[in-house]
Amino acid sequence: MTPMQTPTTWAERTGLTERLLDIGIAVFLWAFRIIVLFVVVVGSLLTLARGRYSIEVWIDLIVGGLSLGAIYALIALGYTMVYGILRMINFAHGEIFMVGAFAGFFTGVYLAGTGLLTASPLSAVVGIAIMILMAMAVAALVALIAERIAYRPLRNAPRLVLLISAIGVSFFLQYTVRGLFGPGIYAYPSVPFLAEPVDLPLLSILRLKWLDVLVIGSAIGMMLALYLFVMRSRAGTAIRAVSEDKATAALMGIDVNRAIVTTFAIGAAMAGAAGVLYGLMFRQIFFFSGFVPGIKAFTAAVLGGIGNIPGAMVGGFLLGELESVGPTLFLDGLGVPSPNQLKDVIAFTILVLVLIFRPQGIMGERLSRSRA
Amino acid sequence: MALLEVEDLHTYYGNIHALKGISLTVEEGEIVTLIGTNGAGKTTTLNTISRLLTPRQGTVRLEGQDLSHVPAHRLVTMGIVQVPEGRRVFARLTVEENLRMGAFTIKDKAVIDEGIERGYTMFPRLKERSKQVSGTLSGGEQQMLAMARALMAKPRLLLLDEPSMGLAPTLVEFIFETITSIHAEGVSILLVEQNALQALAVASRGYVLQTGKVLMADTAAALAANEDVRRAYLGEI
Repeated sequence: MTPMQTPTTWAERTGLTERLLDIGIAVFLWAFRIIVLFVVVVGSLLTLARGRYSIEVWIDLIVGGLSLGAIYALIALGYTMVYGILRMINFAHGEIFMVGAFAGFFTGVYLAGTGLLTASPLSAVVGIAIMILMAMAVAALVALIAERIAYRPLRNAPRLVLLISAIGVSFFLQYTVRGLFGPGIYAYPSVPFLAEPVDLPLLSILRLKWLDVLVIGSAIGMMLALYLFVMRSRAGTAIRAVSEDKATAALMGIDVNRAIVTTFAIGAAMAGAAGVLYGLMFRQIFFFSGFVPGIKAFTAAVLGGIGNIPGAMVGGFLLGELESVGPTLFLDGLGVPSPNQLKDVIAFTILVLVLIFRPQGIMGERLSRSRA
Repeated sequence: MALLEVEDLHTYYGNIHALKGISLTVEEGEIVTLIGTNGAGKTTTLNTISRLLTPRQGTVRLEGQDLSHVPAHRLVTMGIVQVPEGRRVFARLTVEENLRMGAFTIKDKAVIDEGIERGYTMFPRLKERSKQVSGTLSGGEQQMLAMARALMAKPRLLLLDEPSMGLAPTLVEFIFETITSIHAEGVSILLVEQNALQALAVASRGYVLQTGKVLMADTAAALAANEDVRRAYLGEI
């Protein structure tokens, strides 16, 4: 048995190694900040100075970023609301999104068979609305089953157990979809009307397609409805009360389980709707389609401040723009070939940056505050 | 039949035996107080009655009805409302939203609005701050809000846990006056207090708890006169 070790070398006696390590980490973090700042500022200036891209290209990138951001924001809401009420990262949320995309796909295939999606703009909109509603319903149902079976029995377990259970649900859903529909890629039914440009007097300068209007418009509409529900309605206020203090909420007569279930259902419905919008935008889905958008939306939720509903919306749009405009704006001027390949690098650099330098996000409060 | 009847309650925190057979009653229209030092089991008793904690043994009955299988949130509609220790207002909700949450079980809008008005009449300070987020209220204001919130559901039995904790002396007096006036409106009260002197002054009966057991049970006047109680809990030497 060795007795308590006594410092032997001079470096140990003075704590030099630890101090050097601290300094090293600080230098690294500062270098990281400076490099990121350098890439962003110098890259942007050089790109703009070279003037290789016309104003139309930039407008297209910004509009694309808005559409992408709207999808991220819709998914991010589910992460943030569930985190708010259970202090848990629901890692299966990306798969709920994917399941919604599949539900929308099969509905869409059926509707395409009836000609509803191609007959006229109005019938196409009705058809898409039906697809979205089906996706919302199926996604909410799957999330409720997952909550009942995989999360509720573990509610008083350590958060890590819940996280692992969520990862299990994530795999379960991926491989169930793979088992049912195979590993192949499914092409979303085409809606010709969505590809047409928006030919309205003032809007034509934005070079929008009807797809952009649909994605951005429906996402903003749903987010507005959600915000009003949470801030104004009795059930929404109860959800906020349960998020703050479950025991006291129960003492007020609030059914805590019901508030949690409602939160899961709403978050999943938003993700399901996002799944259809994603399918219409990117045209292809497969069983693994939920993974990357899920992690990106999680990044958006962290960026906005996890647990904060307006934060998730802002974070989603911000991430969408950074991913769409960022590669060209920051990297092209630095001579990086085909910068668009690096859009995921930008997204995940943002995640790392936020986690290191501002873990509470743009609009969030301290993560460390224990209220759970 | 007693309004509230607690019989031989045993509650555990993991392996810690916190309540070792507590029995007590509250009659309709009474103020009953639980006094005792820190760790005596006062809050645990209240939390077991309100079903935030599940007892391993023993029963709680409301007018003879066994509450063993009633979930916590259903108690409010049955007439039991608890004001938790440390007030526990919803800090990010406004004062008015907090009050509305107190009336969560009530569907009739007119009744809710009337309840809010009643709360504002009782505590005019809350009216001035109705749109303010309650995390910004002072401790005294939060206590007022917690009590007004509990009254929203029109309880028959109010469980009050340390309402005077951490308040300035003038506010403590005000809170006890309020307790008396809530009682005058016909609400029965089970009051847990560290401030035993004040509690015994408003209560009709009291129980002295020590390490999870009832040490003494008597009228408030008799307890206040008892030498041992005075020495141990009323700060007299």
